[in-house]
Amino acid sequence: MALYPLPIAKWAVAGVALVFFVVLPMVLHEYYLSIINLVSIACIGALGLNILVGYTGQISVGHGAFMSVGAYTAANFAVRLDAPWPVNMLAGGLMAAIVGAIVGIPSLRIKGLYLAIATLAGQLIIEWTINHVTFISGGVQASIEVPPPELFGYRLASQTQMYFFLLAFVVVAVVGTMNLVRSRIGRAFVAIRDQDIAAEIIGINIFRYKLLAFAISSFYAGVTGVLYTYYLGVANYEQFQINVSIDYLAMIIIGGLGSVLGSIFGAIFVTLLPIVIRLSMESFGGYLFSDAAVRNIIPNMRLILFGGLIITFLIVEPEGLNRLWRNIRSYFRVWPFAY
Amino acid sequence: MRRVLAILIGLVLVAGQAGPVGATHEIVIGLQCDRTGATQTVGVNLCPGYHDYIKLVNSKGGVEGHKIKAIEIDHEYKVPQGMESYERHKKEGAVIIGVYGTPHIYALAQKLTEDRIPGTSPGFGSAAAADGQRYPYIFPIAATYWSQGAAAVKFAKDQLGGNLKGKKIAYLFFDNPAGREPIGVLEDIAELEGFQLRTFAVPPPGVEMGAQVLDIAQRYRADWVITHLFGRSPSVSIKELKRVGFPLRKVVGMVWGAAEADVEAAGGWSVAEGYNAMQFAGVGSDYPVLNEIRAMYKKEGQEPPKQMSSTVYYNRGVLIAALHVEAIRNAVKDKKSGNITGEDAKKGFEKISNFTLGGLVPPLKITPTDHEGGGVVQIFSVKGGKFVKATEWFSAYSDIVAKHIKEAKK
Repeated sequence: MALYPLPIAKWAVAGVALVFFVVLPMVLHEYYLSIINLVSIACIGALGLNILVGYTGQISVGHGAFMSVGAYTAANFAVRLDAPWPVNMLAGGLMAAIVGAIVGIPSLRIKGLYLAIATLAGQLIIEWTINHVTFISGGVQASIEVPPPELFGYRLASQTQMYFFLLAFVVVAVVGTMNLVRSRIGRAFVAIRDQDIAAEIIGINIFRYKLLAFAISSFYAGVTGVLYTYYLGVANYEQFQINVSIDYLAMIIIGGLGSVLGSIFGAIFVTLLPIVIRLSMESFGGYLFSDAAVRNIIPNMRLILFGGLIITFLIVEPEGLNRLWRNIRSYFRVWPFAY
Repeated sequence: MRRVLAILIGLVLVAGQAGPVGATHEIVIGLQCDRTGATQTVGVNLCPGYHDYIKLVNSKGGVEGHKIKAIEIDHEYKVPQGMESYERHKKEGAVIIGVYGTPHIYALAQKLTEDRIPGTSPGFGSAAAADGQRYPYIFPIAATYWSQGAAAVKFAKDQLGGNLKGKKIAYLFFDNPAGREPIGVLEDIAELEGFQLRTFAVPPPGVEMGAQVLDIAQRYRADWVITHLFGRSPSVSIKELKRVGFPLRKVVGMVWGAAEADVEAAGGWSVAEGYNAMQFAGVGSDYPVLNEIRAMYKKEGQEPPKQMSSTVYYNRGVLIAALHVEAIRNAVKDKKSGNITGEDAKKGFEKISNFTLGGLVPPLKITPTDHEGGGVVQIFSVKGGKFVKATEWFSAYSDIVAKHIKEAKK
């Protein structure tokens, strides 16, 4: 399958790149860039999880922990060895990949819900280990401060600088995933997802590819953890607990399993929705309620609306936002001559 | 995706501009809150207390004529939302950030210093942040976990007859970084005082501690129990200790296991009779500032908010707001225009001393080197259906705490 099925796609990609690399940083306040930064980090994590869950059909409830593995590996490299960030990032990603592959071993025997529980155990064991082994966590507080990344002698500390830094990784992750899924490896993943016995019969080494899926997916998670660490300036295990794993699963389910664009949609949706709901409630809530009531209502309404919208979207389109987007696109492709 | 993003960004932009344009002399404070997340029992009472004090200050004409605007953002105790709220506060020009949550203060430590905005972490966060030289823009402004642990031992010593030699103290804690933080200090004091210390970890989510409590009461046979628990677990600890027959008057809970809600969830005031709770703000409704708030509501023809009856967290909200306003007041004294920056507010914090608000605020003395203000607490005991003051404001073993702060620097 070609990367650009239609000629217009090339222009669209160029346009989008222009918007994100030139226009947005020029017109947006740093605050909005900081929101995009959070989305960027979530995008990479969601892409990684989608390779495992969406493409290979294995489930993982341990991605939060894999992120923490990456984060602490990089933080230890940065503080103890004084290594530059590319080294830390690679080390964090690889360490997460190794740990992910180990946690993925049960996937060779068990599937579905049972595998979910096995990876959940992985999450809890990793959390416990980081929490208690001070060699990894750097002390009782289990947090390691990391200096900001440097590029050609410049410290990347402000949100605008971070924006470009993170965006570059999003581009690499998106292009990498798109190419991965149309390669031999990606096709093997899809074959395993659709019917693993059949896949084995046509000569796919299930053992190898299942573990590879876990490793690649965890590599993405590890890099996400490292990026998050550099974004905050600190590695802290409380930022990678079980609810993070669940959030990322929610992203790819809402966005669309087994699609690159879906992962991005999901990351945007889950990260932005609470913020958008709050900002709009702040603007309009004052007309209906008193100040003190608004303050109490906003956070609760946000949870209700967030849950409600997720259910609505899933009922309207169970295959996720990506399918919704494709429907819109194919409608306009033949517009105004609908059949 | 791009279209959706464009629409969303557009919405955000519209919403951001729809807010009222602030007057030039309005001083902005950013307040993080958790009314819906893991620690929502705290937020629902603490945040209204904060806003009521700000309202009171504004109703009296503000600080030297400058009104104060507190922007609250609920982050559900999640770090990404906390980051977003920080950037939003920064955009709105906040000169002080009331950070809420231990992971959040860790995550924001670098940014606050970089942006030169003081952030407060009363009663939580890293104890090492008391060192104002190392963390110039972080202000615990209340006793850290190290000072709390030290004060708990001091209280035990006084209650057990002034000598701890050969006594057994059990430390029952939530197994996370915050829970483990005081252990080093406790061990050092144990060596100094010659008592035996054993730690009992409660794994998250902390609602199951039957085995640990049984161990404390029947195998270890502790003379005293210090508990350091969060969320739902303090109430479970009270219930379990009561069940195995351990006298609750020999139990002291640190500041996040010390509220009316914990006692009520444990089965009511009669169950918890005797339980000692550590506080960094005064408890009860008998303080002049609370009377003023009630009078303010009365003048408006409204009932005082029902959150006021949860005095532990409500009063802490008032305390945090009062210290923020006091820092601003100190800063405005030097800059009459009211156009103060985060740096001015930082200096304002470092001038706080002898500001007690009629006993609700401890006698803090915050200096450029000590951002904790002395680490003072008060103990209240459950007696006859309410919290009764058991000690005056005190701090303990300051030299040991200071030693740990110094060591953390390395």
